[in-house]
Amino acid sequence: MTTPENMTPDRPGPAPVDLTWTANPGGPVSQWIDNHARQLFIMPAVLMILVFSIFPLVASLIIAFSRIRLRGGGYQVRFVGWKNFEKQIFGSEQFHFLGTFTQMSVVGWMVGLSVTGLILWWMYKYVTTQFTVVGFIGRLITASVTIAIAFMFAATFFSGNPFGTLGVTLFYVFVGCGVQFLIGLGLAFLCSQQIRGRNFFRVAFFIPMMITPIGVGYVFRMLADTTKGPFTPLWQGLGLKDFAWATDPWAARVFIVIGDSWQWIPFVFIILLAAFENVPRDYVEAAEMDGAGSWQIFREITWPQVLPVAVTVMLIRVIEAFKIVDLPNIMTSGGPGIATESMSLHSFFAWRALDLGQSAAIAYLLLFVTVVICVSFFNLIVLNRMRQND
Amino acid sequence: MTERTLYQRLFEPPRINQMAIGTKVVVYGLLLIWSAVVLFPIYWLLITSVKSAADVNGGPVYIPFVDFTPSLHAWRELFVVDYEDTLRAYFNSIIISLAATLLSTLIGSMAAYALARVKYAPNLVTVLIFAILMIITFVSIGIYGVDWRLVIASALAVFFFLMKAVSSRVKIPLKNGDILFWMISQRILAPIVVVVPIYMMFQTVRMLDTHLAIILTYAVVNLPIVVWLMYDFFTSIPRDLEESAQLDGATMFMTFREVVLPLSKAGLAATTLLVMILSWNEYLLALFLSTAKAQTMPILVAAMNAGERGILWWSMSAVIVVMIIPVVFMAVVLQRYISKGILLGAVKG
Repeated sequence: MTTPENMTPDRPGPAPVDLTWTANPGGPVSQWIDNHARQLFIMPAVLMILVFSIFPLVASLIIAFSRIRLRGGGYQVRFVGWKNFEKQIFGSEQFHFLGTFTQMSVVGWMVGLSVTGLILWWMYKYVTTQFTVVGFIGRLITASVTIAIAFMFAATFFSGNPFGTLGVTLFYVFVGCGVQFLIGLGLAFLCSQQIRGRNFFRVAFFIPMMITPIGVGYVFRMLADTTKGPFTPLWQGLGLKDFAWATDPWAARVFIVIGDSWQWIPFVFIILLAAFENVPRDYVEAAEMDGAGSWQIFREITWPQVLPVAVTVMLIRVIEAFKIVDLPNIMTSGGPGIATESMSLHSFFAWRALDLGQSAAIAYLLLFVTVVICVSFFNLIVLNRMRQND
Repeated sequence: MTERTLYQRLFEPPRINQMAIGTKVVVYGLLLIWSAVVLFPIYWLLITSVKSAADVNGGPVYIPFVDFTPSLHAWRELFVVDYEDTLRAYFNSIIISLAATLLSTLIGSMAAYALARVKYAPNLVTVLIFAILMIITFVSIGIYGVDWRLVIASALAVFFFLMKAVSSRVKIPLKNGDILFWMISQRILAPIVVVVPIYMMFQTVRMLDTHLAIILTYAVVNLPIVVWLMYDFFTSIPRDLEESAQLDGATMFMTFREVVLPLSKAGLAATTLLVMILSWNEYLLALFLSTAKAQTMPILVAAMNAGERGILWWSMSAVIVVMIIPVVFMAVVLQRYISKGILLGAVKG
């Protein structure tokens, strides 16, 4: 995409062609290295990932199924089966992870059932039109997780009960990423117009990404302070002097989404700006000649070129957003109560209380939700689009 | 010439490549509003770092020399009184993020290049056997404390035995796409999922609170991003030059170093910058892996929340400002290589 103008990729595309390299006529060592270059190029990465993620993943799994007692410098591992997970999903920690379930309200039932209906209809359409076994199993997992999450929201949010950390995390991910995408897209579009001072805007808009998330947390805590922050006169004018962000669950959540968006809009912005600038000028000018309106030009010419980048950037953002931990930790410490606690933070607090088994179990639940949502997103949206293009 | 309505005069461009006056006002207005949104918190950081405690706690004051007299007490505390802690954290951060960035960019782009240009067909069975044996090795050493020499020797023996016995008969070749997907999917792992075992791992080899431990961890955590971005970049550059280098008898390493890397400056610069920012700002892993010697700047920021005395807003602002400077410097340096802005190109659909 950043190919210089004088070099057009004559044979682009991901299909690798096996080039045959020769060996350097040197000593036996360098010859051996050259002959095994193919393996040596990829092995460091493979080994590092194996050591640093496969092993921890398995060790975490073992911890998640055990109770660990620390005693005098060492630790003792006892296998307890599904107990840690049961406690989170059905047991005494249910309110913490899923939310408080009491009677479901009418609205709750309506939301839950309509989502279920939609998902079932979507599955039915898939089965009758383009059935494959792997695709079916994948969609089955996506569908059941979606329905489970829908009922979780139906029983908590739509029935007026408090959320658990799962709901909070999903709120951060979907509302946060949505806001970041819309504002990032808008800014990138504005900056791609023929304007003066483009370099200034580009650099200025990038700055928030350079600040450490911890720092962003403190900065926003400072800004939102109703007695010391810069907006104090405003709060006083509105009669909200005694209003504390950190005591209202929704205000606190929105506050964290604002901080997170402030930090990550630059990322979306800078990549989408590149995509907008890559749209060939001639296309746009030709369309202008033909008298197309600006909305029409955007929809017919610019958007199709930007869309693939937009999808990738959102996938990256969604993956990263699930890991949110620093901001809620700093800005509200997860409070009031558990209202702003993300799953990462939940796991972190469990670790701090030396409950390693619960901590690992929550981490695994987070991993499960993230994998299902990201892989569904990738398979159903990215791959689908690629297939349509072929 | 027909009479133009007010709407047309304001919002319809008089000529191609020109904006109507109304559009101009809206566009610049929005851009300036967002500039304020972005820059105001930075401004607030800067002035808070030169405020005295009384100025911070007594209610908001906005303009130095007008509203309040700036004092450098926070900066003095940071660089004169506690200079040892500050400078140590600063150098730690610089060493760790530079080394981690270099390591992951190098290893990641080599792997990405290989995936873009070489056809791999590893046998799934071999890979699985290897992975399972490795897991058993680690678990028995790390959790059950069996002697490591014994475990590794027997694991190797079993591996070669099973390779002869099973892998040569059952062949399920993987494709490059599978390897790529596996590498990229590692980014989905939240640090919190892996941090406790990584902590235990470094504890076993007595490497906690060392630079190397954090460098390795950061390098691996960012490896998927490097592979993702650089793979997309390498597939978009033309293959001609590499083919002619190859005809001239260049080895794969030579081709990579002399031909491919110089061609990929833009992608490399963008990736380096992103990885650099991510490792410079990382907090959670550093919190687990360092106690004193290897502490990084984000930990120092968090340490400004000093318990009973409350948050030392002025010192914290100063630390954050100090932390931004090297990143801005890197961005400016790398910007030269990135033809169309920052972080371009490498990302495409």
